[in-house]
Amino acid sequence: MKKFINEVDNLLVESLSGFAAAHADLVNLHLEPHFITRKKKAENKVAVISGGGSGHEPLHSGYIGYGMLDAACPGHVFTSPSPDQMLAAAEAVHAGKGVLFIVKNYAGDVMNFEMAAEMLPFENATVLTSDDVAVENSTYTTGRRGVAGTVIVEKVVGSLAEAGADLAACKALGDKVNKRTASMGVALTSCTVPAAGRPTFDIGERELEMGVGIHGEPGRRREPMRNADAIVADLVAAILEDLKPARGSEVLLLINGFAATPLMELYLLYNSTAKLLQAQGLVISRSLVGNYTTALDMAGASITVCLLDDEIRQHWDSPVHTAALRWQC
Amino acid sequence: MKTAFILEAVAAVNQAILSSEAELESLDREIGDGDHFINLKRGCAALLAMHDELSPLAPAEVLQRMGMKLLSTIGGASGPLLATFFMTLAKVEKTGDISTLAEIASAFHASVEAVKQRGKADRGEKTMLDTLLPVADTFTQLTQQDTDRHLLLTALQQAAEQGMQSTKDMIATKGRAAFLGERAIGHIDPGARSSQIIIHTICELAKTRTA
Repeated sequence: MKKFINEVDNLLVESLSGFAAAHADLVNLHLEPHFITRKKKAENKVAVISGGGSGHEPLHSGYIGYGMLDAACPGHVFTSPSPDQMLAAAEAVHAGKGVLFIVKNYAGDVMNFEMAAEMLPFENATVLTSDDVAVENSTYTTGRRGVAGTVIVEKVVGSLAEAGADLAACKALGDKVNKRTASMGVALTSCTVPAAGRPTFDIGERELEMGVGIHGEPGRRREPMRNADAIVADLVAAILEDLKPARGSEVLLLINGFAATPLMELYLLYNSTAKLLQAQGLVISRSLVGNYTTALDMAGASITVCLLDDEIRQHWDSPVHTAALRWQC
Repeated sequence: MKTAFILEAVAAVNQAILSSEAELESLDREIGDGDHFINLKRGCAALLAMHDELSPLAPAEVLQRMGMKLLSTIGGASGPLLATFFMTLAKVEKTGDISTLAEIASAFHASVEAVKQRGKADRGEKTMLDTLLPVADTFTQLTQQDTDRHLLLTALQQAAEQGMQSTKDMIATKGRAAFLGERAIGHIDPGARSSQIIIHTICELAKTRTA
């Protein structure tokens, strides 16, 4: 393992401190328990809080700011944060209109946020994101995982909350966006959890992991390496099979890097994906390409398609000012 | 239950977990995300560090504080599950001294039930419950039959061992291994193994005591 580390045990706090210092105009860092809030507390709106294991940066701390999150709770690497963090964050940002938690659907995250919700003295609701279509048989499992589509949920719900909507409306829009969003990823290499010191899984030079999760958990199949168009075709087929969009549907296309794949290749994937979607009669009216939901040092990428409607498009376009997403303000 | 015994058990479990590092890491790399050992190690270290704070306290308070500490230091899925176990044990202990084996069995059973509810899981899903549920059943059964203490502890260890081994041939339907489908077959669940290590260690320690 070759990583920029002083002491493995200090990695998280040193990284959070760097993030907070680099974006001192946007955020405040609170330690023990760890959570990050907007620099200036927003008033008279639903407090939108997310959180999850670290190692997916800029998710979630990079999305704190005007038009998106009010606070985020970072856990240890790939490990859910704990209820004391969520309670402290809620206490800090609650502005009288309730708390909305946005939680990626993993057993640990769900349980920790659930315990926090039980202990929280404020009105609260939770949106579970589950956009990953890679898990085929979800009837008896924990269900689909929340991956890069979470960014879209956080942006759109954050915008509605900023506009002053109530908790029920924010929760309903979050659920709607989640339902209209599908993702699937592919890994070319493993990631290495710093405290473990070695790759999470072994993968050959000529292999790929189709349907990989953002923690390096295996997906659908181990397959031989192929060219980009062939890989994209499989990802797109799985996504469209799930969304079943009507011809002429308007979509947002997100090509998300897992961190170790160059932007040059991500744009190639965009090119390849866009052609396929257009061939299916879909209209790509919004796009995002980059590292938005990463998996430590994994090489690979995911494709996310969100079916837009007027409401979702409007809240996607609205002003946002965070460390990782910023437009119109 | 006595505070001194709980604290000794914490120290023994910490040792046992630390010496299983390689095995737990490799089990979790195979069908999880590789962080199970690290999380347990962090939890054990946090509990050990509480020794002086806990030693003067009553057992119910000790168990409650241990649960809260595990909740805030382990995170992940193990945090709330282990915390729920200890916090339920604390709740039962608070209602009256748990001292006889039958009382411990009943408290253990209640705590495992609470874990089941928190995780929304059951037997046969390739989780820690495949270790814990058979142990709870055996515990209740044998205390009803008034079994010899040493034999009972050995039987609990065997139930844990068998339960843990039984996860090997299961398809996971809960936890991260659920994403693997049939690929998880042939691998022991890391949570079932760590629970078995903990139970084995505590039983071993209890065997050195007379009552």
